[in-house]
Amino acid sequence: MSSTGNFRGYVAVIGLEIHAQLKTASKMFCGDSTEFEAGDNENTSPVSVGMPGTLPVVNAKAIEYSVKAGLALGCEIRKKSVFSRKNYFYPDLPKGYQISQYDEPLCEHGKVTFHLDGQNHSISITRAHMEEDAGKSIHHGEYTLINYNRSGMPLLEIVSGPDMRTPAEAAEYARTVRKILRYLDVCDGNLEEGSLRCDCNVSVRKSEQDEFGTKVEIKNVNSFRFVEKAIEFEIDRQIDAIERGEKILQETRLWDPDKNRTFAMRTKENAQDYRYFPEPDLLPVIITPEMIEKFRKDLPELPLDRAQRFMAENGLPEYDALVLTAEKEVADYFEATAKVAGNAKAASNWIMTELLRELNQAEKSIAQSPIKPQQLGQMVALIEKGTISGKIGKQVFQEMWQSGKNPEDIIKEKNLVQISDSSAIEKMIDEVLAANTQQVADYRGGRTKLFGFFVGAVMKASKGQANPDMVNKVLLEKLKG
Amino acid sequence: MIDQKTVQHIATLARLYVTESEAQEYSRQLSKILGYFEQISQVNTQGVEPLVTPTEIECFWREDVVQKELSAEEIVANAPEKTGHLFTVPPVV
Amino acid sequence: MDLNTATFKDISSAVKTKKISSLEVSQFFLKKIKGHDSKLNSYITINDKVEDEAREIDTRLSRGEDVGPLAGVPFGIKDMFCTKGLKTTAASRILENFIPPYDATVVARLKSAGITVLGKLNLDEFAMGSSNETSYFGPTKNPWNLECVPGGSSGGSAAAQAARLSAGTLGTDTGGSIRQPASFCGVVGVKPTYGRVSRYGIVSYASSLDQAGPMVSCVEDAALTLEVISGRDERDATTSNHNVPAFSANLKEDLRGVKIGLMKEYMTDGLDADVQKTLDLAIEAAKKQGAEIVEVSVPLTAQAVPMYYLIASSEASSNLARYDGIKYGYRTPSSSLAAMDLDQFYQKTRGEGFGKEVQRRIIIGTYCLSSGYYDAYYAKACQVRRLLSEQYTQAFKQCDVILSPVTTSPAFKIGGRISDPLAMYLNDIFTVATNLAGLPGMSVPYGRSSGGLPIGIQLTAAHFDEQKMLNVGYSLQQTSPEKWKVANV
Repeated sequence: MSSTGNFRGYVAVIGLEIHAQLKTASKMFCGDSTEFEAGDNENTSPVSVGMPGTLPVVNAKAIEYSVKAGLALGCEIRKKSVFSRKNYFYPDLPKGYQISQYDEPLCEHGKVTFHLDGQNHSISITRAHMEEDAGKSIHHGEYTLINYNRSGMPLLEIVSGPDMRTPAEAAEYARTVRKILRYLDVCDGNLEEGSLRCDCNVSVRKSEQDEFGTKVEIKNVNSFRFVEKAIEFEIDRQIDAIERGEKILQETRLWDPDKNRTFAMRTKENAQDYRYFPEPDLLPVIITPEMIEKFRKDLPELPLDRAQRFMAENGLPEYDALVLTAEKEVADYFEATAKVAGNAKAASNWIMTELLRELNQAEKSIAQSPIKPQQLGQMVALIEKGTISGKIGKQVFQEMWQSGKNPEDIIKEKNLVQISDSSAIEKMIDEVLAANTQQVADYRGGRTKLFGFFVGAVMKASKGQANPDMVNKVLLEKLKG
Repeated sequence: MIDQKTVQHIATLARLYVTESEAQEYSRQLSKILGYFEQISQVNTQGVEPLVTPTEIECFWREDVVQKELSAEEIVANAPEKTGHLFTVPPVV
Repeated sequence: MDLNTATFKDISSAVKTKKISSLEVSQFFLKKIKGHDSKLNSYITINDKVEDEAREIDTRLSRGEDVGPLAGVPFGIKDMFCTKGLKTTAASRILENFIPPYDATVVARLKSAGITVLGKLNLDEFAMGSSNETSYFGPTKNPWNLECVPGGSSGGSAAAQAARLSAGTLGTDTGGSIRQPASFCGVVGVKPTYGRVSRYGIVSYASSLDQAGPMVSCVEDAALTLEVISGRDERDATTSNHNVPAFSANLKEDLRGVKIGLMKEYMTDGLDADVQKTLDLAIEAAKKQGAEIVEVSVPLTAQAVPMYYLIASSEASSNLARYDGIKYGYRTPSSSLAAMDLDQFYQKTRGEGFGKEVQRRIIIGTYCLSSGYYDAYYAKACQVRRLLSEQYTQAFKQCDVILSPVTTSPAFKIGGRISDPLAMYLNDIFTVATNLAGLPGMSVPYGRSSGGLPIGIQLTAAHFDEQKMLNVGYSLQQTSPEKWKVANV
């Protein structure tokens, strides 16, 4: 394992192909629903099962989403792009061809930037093109069953340059792309449901060598952790093979998450010849400068820009800003909380330390949080005002997490308001000092470390509700004697 | 020009079963036909963009609206072999 | 009213005014089909619900509903059009038992205009052929001479129409498949501009060339049908939103001010004498109606046959990939699915399901698209196609309508050319360029050979200029010795 890109004297060259399912209501070329949950072949039509004479008609929303994604990935958008047919036979491909884009894709020449290990990384995007998904095969040994519900789902295939050198860099690139797509709200990025899929191209070469080694494609990688593991395994496998004097075959391998290894897919004697040609059932896609301008105006603030703004406006450390902007929903939550709290740094701390930990433990998304940003913001504001102490805050937070109640109500119900009445505090301190005369004498004799003991005793006597600042101040004076 | 081996290779790409005598016949016929078609190579097409759709047609796209017209039952009604509402095919892996 | 010579307008107004019921009209044709079609083999399937459809129209009329301009007109539909609930085969074993759950847009529009569907008409398998001999269901005969072909691929439509086994028919034209059989059988056939008529639900042969059109007994019926079926379809991205004129109401026979072009390249010495004679008579007639005759030239028509077969076969090889024995249609029999290798399953299903000519074109097309040959064949043909189209644009600056023969000779004998594919392909020499350039074209019956076989005249116009073309056709029809000839079989 290397974070510098040196693997036993070899360099790895990694490129990713990310298939993002666009979040449209209907499919790429027909009105079938894209709902994930549906009965067998219930989300199909004559078009999506390839019945005779049926024709594709482009979904305008899929174009809009693809252009927006292209813009956010820093791509140039082609004025004229062309759908092509990719011809091959497979039972999940109902027409015997997939409508895709080939030599004239919608988006080209983009770039994605992210931070990793304290460094800026910039990965080129070769192209991003629109295509339709295939159906699903369910294998039964004796036979295979085909469900075409997924057939015709709109996909954007995002192809990176061979720019990555470590598994961690590849995984971070994939996370960044996912983050951008989710910010744009064009893809829900759900790897388990397959709405984001990642194919990894990996090759290795001797460090001193210039030309690339033979490329191997890894499919079936359905989490970012597996992206890292699969590439790691593959780098090792290829180096081992070369060291043994074997030749690397250009092949497609599948990741087996149970065995933590990749294995070769059954290879065909006949190399694929996809016979791409322009799809005659569709006209070229024309994108006008006006359309691009309109879509550009609609783009939300992107994660890296937002993180930088959080740092500049709110004085957040880089780490916090990156964590808070990793998910658009978290960043939105933070901004809403900070607005009510009046102290962004404090809001950030509460979210980073308490809320995200609780959510993580409960396996909940931020949208499912029982504490709404308004409520958390109010709580932070109450601490700021001194109505409750930070320590009581933790108790209030737990109450809010359990009941979803407003912080003020909890404070009232449980009588948690901080005691800031100086005569009440003096009275409590006098009682504590009177009960511990030996310690008072020791303190005055020079054992100043005992100060903490007195603070603790007073706080305990106040059931934690005494204003700690005032306790400190009054104690100091009284102990002087 | 198009020998039997090529015919067999192309037939495999196109998933057609072709016997040896058919391959022979196709090889003879296709050589003659493509030999005749060869004449288009004489036309100078330097810098000419290929034409696919022959008419000027104003491009239009669909609105992103779900339309459900047929049930799964109707979709699989013509299947030579089915299991419930799924299509049955020979084992794929 | 004689239903053998009644126009669509005659039939629909008689039905609407209850002089005759829709049921009686449909039954008239149904009876003719049952009585005579065994000799022609023009129908693959008879619609056993046609009488119900006719009754439905009568009921709607009795309720005072507006049934549409084709109320009660019975149509035969080429078996390339999907018809909801009615078997659609493309004359192929691979679709032998396919029952579509949807109508082709053209069929749906005709139904909304009031037609009844008599049945599905024979054709060359997947419309690949010029003689109707490649049909899995056996060849159709020419009603004027049962030993001759009716032409193809819409041979069933042409034969049924010539024998009046239908009031009207629909055909499709990818390289002449409406115009050539219309000429061979003596009916009017119109191929519209590419993009004028929806292709949705029509079994695809070559997507950038296919168009549907009427094959009927007179130009008026053709114009009316075209009016009904034309216009943008939300299900076909290659349909145009070009204005659809009232073609039938606009017909006029006066040709003053109309320039008719004679294409140098088609005025060859190689024409059959009867075809030449018919052509000369038509030119004279057009002059008499006031047309000005000019000479035009489209030199690349010389390359049209290779261009056409390269492009059509390439597109077809991909369009026909969906016939795989999985979703519908023929599947190779097997005792055990588990014992079958997937590729073997595909190859057997497709090898047994497709006929020879279809396989030949799939192989040509697959070859032309395959790695290493794409540029020399498919891409090259598409480039030459653009040049051809530009030459036509120039030609139509000098004339309104081009007049030419449809074929070099009248209908040939069944079995005469089927053994030589290249000779068969060269039959299409005068018709394929129209499709390559996306132009509207039509065939109007105008003469007859010494052997008694019909001969048509081909008219071609600029994009979306069907009206001018129909007007010339209408004008020629007035002087045609072949007007309203019905074949008795």
